[in-house]
Amino acid sequence: MSEMSETGDAGLPEPVQVSAAAGLPEPGKVAAVVEEAFREEWGRVVATLIRLTGDWDLAEECAQDAFARALARWPRDGVPRRPGAWLTTAARNRALDRLRRGTTEAARLRALAATPMGPDAEPAEEYGEEHAEEDRVPDDRLRLMFTCCHPALPLEAQVALTLRTLAGLTTGEIAAAFMVPETTMAQRLVRAKRKIRNAGIPYRVPPAHLLAERTAGVLGVLYVLFTEGYSASGGPSPARPEPAAEAIRLARVLAGLMPHEPEALGLLALMLLQDSRRAARFDEAGDIVTLESQDRTRWDHDEIEEGLRLLDDALTRRRPGPYQVQAAVAACHATALDPDDTDWPQIAGLYAQLARLAPSPVVELNRAVAVAMADGPLAGLRLVDELRAGGALAGHHLLAATRADLLRRLGRTADAAQAYREALALAPTDAERRYLARRIAETGGA
Amino acid sequence: MKYLLLICGDESMEISPEQSDPEPWVEEMERRGVRLQGHRLCPVGDATTVRAGLVTQGPFAETTEQIGGFDIIECADLDEAIEVASKHPMASYGAIEVRPFWPE
Repeated sequence: MSEMSETGDAGLPEPVQVSAAAGLPEPGKVAAVVEEAFREEWGRVVATLIRLTGDWDLAEECAQDAFARALARWPRDGVPRRPGAWLTTAARNRALDRLRRGTTEAARLRALAATPMGPDAEPAEEYGEEHAEEDRVPDDRLRLMFTCCHPALPLEAQVALTLRTLAGLTTGEIAAAFMVPETTMAQRLVRAKRKIRNAGIPYRVPPAHLLAERTAGVLGVLYVLFTEGYSASGGPSPARPEPAAEAIRLARVLAGLMPHEPEALGLLALMLLQDSRRAARFDEAGDIVTLESQDRTRWDHDEIEEGLRLLDDALTRRRPGPYQVQAAVAACHATALDPDDTDWPQIAGLYAQLARLAPSPVVELNRAVAVAMADGPLAGLRLVDELRAGGALAGHHLLAATRADLLRRLGRTADAAQAYREALALAPTDAERRYLARRIAETGGA
Repeated sequence: MKYLLLICGDESMEISPEQSDPEPWVEEMERRGVRLQGHRLCPVGDATTVRAGLVTQGPFAETTEQIGGFDIIECADLDEAIEVASKHPMASYGAIEVRPFWPE
């Protein structure tokens, strides 16, 4: 896949140009460079090492070792021109050492040693200008993404494995992000890796006839990662930015590696447009601020601009999909100067399109909200009551909360207070419960 | 890699013999060199279970879907095994569990 090697370096910032000859960098600065390299290069180093060794645990250990080595060496020798290539070589050499000491068969060792990645010398010496052609190590992150998101793995394992191997989060960090005990998360990762090995889940980008279906799986995992961080469901603190930021980072990598997939662009656009509102979504007390009450000057306009540009790019491919449509909805909000300026008929139309592409009761609920804004609360309430009768969202606080809002706008205060209480009992986060309690107080039903 | 395909279905379900005939699948998979062996099984009413030394009549678990046959296949990886399983006629009417052999 030539497009991958061409885009391989596109997402990386120019490494700090410090060489031993130009004087040694300050230790603090090196630590920052290593940290940056960790975020940018971890996934690529692990992905390449898995391809070379076929051993996921060994790949992670050797990647870790390479970063530790960088912390020790770079202050002394200078930061290499291509930190990623240096790190991959260091990890590969470490893997060779480990395998030589083990009982690995000669054939695999020969293959690993023969990998064109530079001579077997210390990595710091290898990456001079004369080795520029060796920077074309293929980017293995795409195959790692597809393998982590294989449908034979449980969704929660797909998410955890993606965060561990591609984003480099520790087991403890992933456990904290998803609020499960660290031992549970460790076991989840062990089981997933064992299944990849035992069940023979291939380490590759799927062939053409599987690509569309499997790509949808990868996009879905990245979006779960994003929404988990974004809505922080179940958590006491309103938003933990880390998983959302990692999701955006990985979506950016995916869009770079699959430049012809409009849904990958659509997903990145959707994340950026939603994330642009992050600073405005909660007040100082950690309480939810609804979209209509948000201070729009606090929206991140760089993220909005990038999201809009990506969405435009995706839409010109004329292959619409659920993420592009959701990004288009987010774009309607992002471009409205104030709440009254929002193009609700357009949003209602987009949700109707989304309901055709990816039917779900949650989409219908969102459509009902948009219809209520476009055609009045009564039209929205009619759709909400149909959904309620269907029973698919029974027990979902957003159904009750939406119904309550519509009843309030219709002036049916007592009914609204009752529905708010229903929603309050079902709401999963403290911030949502406080919001609903405020509404109950406002409708005089406390 | 070797996989066991457990061909499962509801025994009470009426499926015409033409719809469920596995012969074309068997022929194709043997021609490809994928299928090593396999067989259809008698209904669960004919099963006997030995558990903790006790002999009882019937299958080991009472479920709506029972194992009606098995195949042992040799594939490059799970994706190929999934492709082979999904071509089996019972994949449309019942369920096929794809189980890797314990690694040697």
